[in-house]
Amino acid sequence: MEAVLEKIEVLEQEFIVANRLGIHARVAAQIVKVAGQFESEIWIAKGGSKVSGKSILDVMTLVCPLGSKVQISAYGPDASEAVNALAVLFQTKFGEP
Amino acid sequence: MTEQCSKIIRGIGVSPGIAIGKAYLLERRRISISQHTLEDEKAVAEECKRFEAAVSKTEMELEDIKRRIHPGFTEHAQVLEVYQLILRDPPIHNETLRLILEEKLNAQLALVRSIRKAGERFSALDDEYIQSRIADLEAVGERVLRNLAGLEHNLLDEIKERVIIVAHDLSPADTAQLRLERTLGLVTDMGGRTSHTSIIARSLNIPAVVGTEVATKSVPHGAIIIVDGASGKVIANPTDEEVNLYHERKEEFENYLRAISRTAHFKARTQDGHLIDVEANIELQEEVVAAKDNGAEGIGLYRTEFFFMNRVDFPDEEALYNDYRELAELMAPKWVTMRTLDLGAEKLATWYPQIEEANPALGLRSIRLCLHYPDLFRTQLRAILRASDHAHNIRLMFPLVSGVGELLSAKKILREVKEELTRTRIPFDEKMPLGVMIEVPSAVAVADMLAREVDFFSIGTNDLIQYSIGIDRANEHVAYLYEPLHPAVLRFIRHTVAIGRRANIQVSLCGEMAGESLYTPILLGLQLTSLSMNPQAIPRVKNLICRSRAEDCRRFVAKVLRLRTADEIGRRLHTMMLEKFPEELRVFNPGILPNEEPPREDRSRTKRKLYS
Repeated sequence: MEAVLEKIEVLEQEFIVANRLGIHARVAAQIVKVAGQFESEIWIAKGGSKVSGKSILDVMTLVCPLGSKVQISAYGPDASEAVNALAVLFQTKFGEP
Repeated sequence: MTEQCSKIIRGIGVSPGIAIGKAYLLERRRISISQHTLEDEKAVAEECKRFEAAVSKTEMELEDIKRRIHPGFTEHAQVLEVYQLILRDPPIHNETLRLILEEKLNAQLALVRSIRKAGERFSALDDEYIQSRIADLEAVGERVLRNLAGLEHNLLDEIKERVIIVAHDLSPADTAQLRLERTLGLVTDMGGRTSHTSIIARSLNIPAVVGTEVATKSVPHGAIIIVDGASGKVIANPTDEEVNLYHERKEEFENYLRAISRTAHFKARTQDGHLIDVEANIELQEEVVAAKDNGAEGIGLYRTEFFFMNRVDFPDEEALYNDYRELAELMAPKWVTMRTLDLGAEKLATWYPQIEEANPALGLRSIRLCLHYPDLFRTQLRAILRASDHAHNIRLMFPLVSGVGELLSAKKILREVKEELTRTRIPFDEKMPLGVMIEVPSAVAVADMLAREVDFFSIGTNDLIQYSIGIDRANEHVAYLYEPLHPAVLRFIRHTVAIGRRANIQVSLCGEMAGESLYTPILLGLQLTSLSMNPQAIPRVKNLICRSRAEDCRRFVAKVLRLRTADEIGRRLHTMMLEKFPEELRVFNPGILPNEEPPREDRSRTKRKLYS
């Protein structure tokens, strides 16, 4: 039990939504799919709200148009991998213009 | 004797043909939600299991539909992926389980509650896009509910006999599931000529009427109905006489179509030897098959905006390039005329900041919009240019050009894009012909000046009529003024053709007028030598061309151009058509037969829909 606890990492990074359409349903689907591959808890925050990165409805209700600043935080054994994987999505603009 | 009362519903005929059969109403088949409280722990555990089973089943069904989706509509497969995620999403899935466990609700009620709660979160947000996604939640919910109720999930699979499907709207998932052997015809409340359902119906030759607004409310489930996919008429509870009449029409239609289709692959030559080029207007690459089958000698108009409209995201250069290249290769060595984006500002609202316009028809649309967003325009031009290198059969066309200044601005961007490609050594067809659409009166007035800047003209009658007469064709109060036979419209066409001849550039006509066989003699008489139309109209128009003498048509047009009103010209035209091509009218345009003349108001309303 203790061994597991030791491994827990906490990571936070800020991203800017750079694709023209912002986080619409299909982009939210991409985020949730990637987040779902990790054991860590993943949270996405914007302004005053913070939602689970593993729920498509939550991510959509955050409403992130082009230019939104979002903070992604991960808590768990694979937190840094999770944040890195999500970083790739944001940096490649979800494969969109 | 009791007189049975039939009911006529009018919509937009989008796929010609006649279907007579039982109406199968998708809307009335909604599931009722049972509700009860669970008695004990055992019942609760059972209910959770039942819910999980229904979710798994739904997941498999969605996977299955995804595989069956028409290959041209891959973006719809992505919508289904969103559905799959919603299905397992904690606010739906876990919340439903919580309601079963804690509140002891039965699964159906628990699911309805959690979907409603999620929907409320969406509606609370001041965001139109997110609010519109409530439909996704409901679609997912309905599928699970169906499985919980032990119903066949697939409405269309339930249908055991050959029926006419009547639906509010058919989603891409529904259309993917359509059992064609069981579908006689389609009727929907929503939709237009270019909606997904219409295109599929046309390519599969299923008679279809869309945009009826009221069909699901007016047609009783199981009632006998007649669908006339040419005139857009739907008759519910027809009298015996009507049934007999339409049975005859159906047979006549099928025989006629068979006969004219046999000759559609030959070139269209008038009896006095004038060769007329007949091409197809298409919206999607998938329509190439229909275009070729119907004898198109090229693509006279590829409405590139459709590729942009039917998707959530914005296509990138690669996606566009692949689409254009494939289309060009499929049609080679025949010409493919690509019209750059012809979108209105309101249609781009999901991608760009919404612009409030008092009169969108006179607003930021089409080429104006492209010049306003040059990056978007460049992306499309790059994709077209790159695609042009493969078969050297692409022609480029700018829509809604209002004068030389605007054309030069567009040409400047085109030149820059070409230079950029040359610099980076990306090959393209340097001789790619460039044309403009003539659809604004100012363009007609300066046609001689435009002719010096381009290789061809294409007359777009839909807009030319709207702008010449100065009416908004979407405005029902003035829709009666939308008259293709208005003397001004005919003079504008004649003038443009004459200028084109003098400048020695090709002039074609690609508006809806080209595909209405009623106008074929007029267009021949106006000396057009190239017509582009929806693929299904090609055999009919070619047939009329081959049976006409260009010289006679010219004389006829010279005569009608002396008439002063569209009404007089129309009457003269009907008389001539009835004399020369009575069977064409009987089959495709029964509405104008003397014994069936509908009231005037009614006709203008149908007309408006036809052209909108």
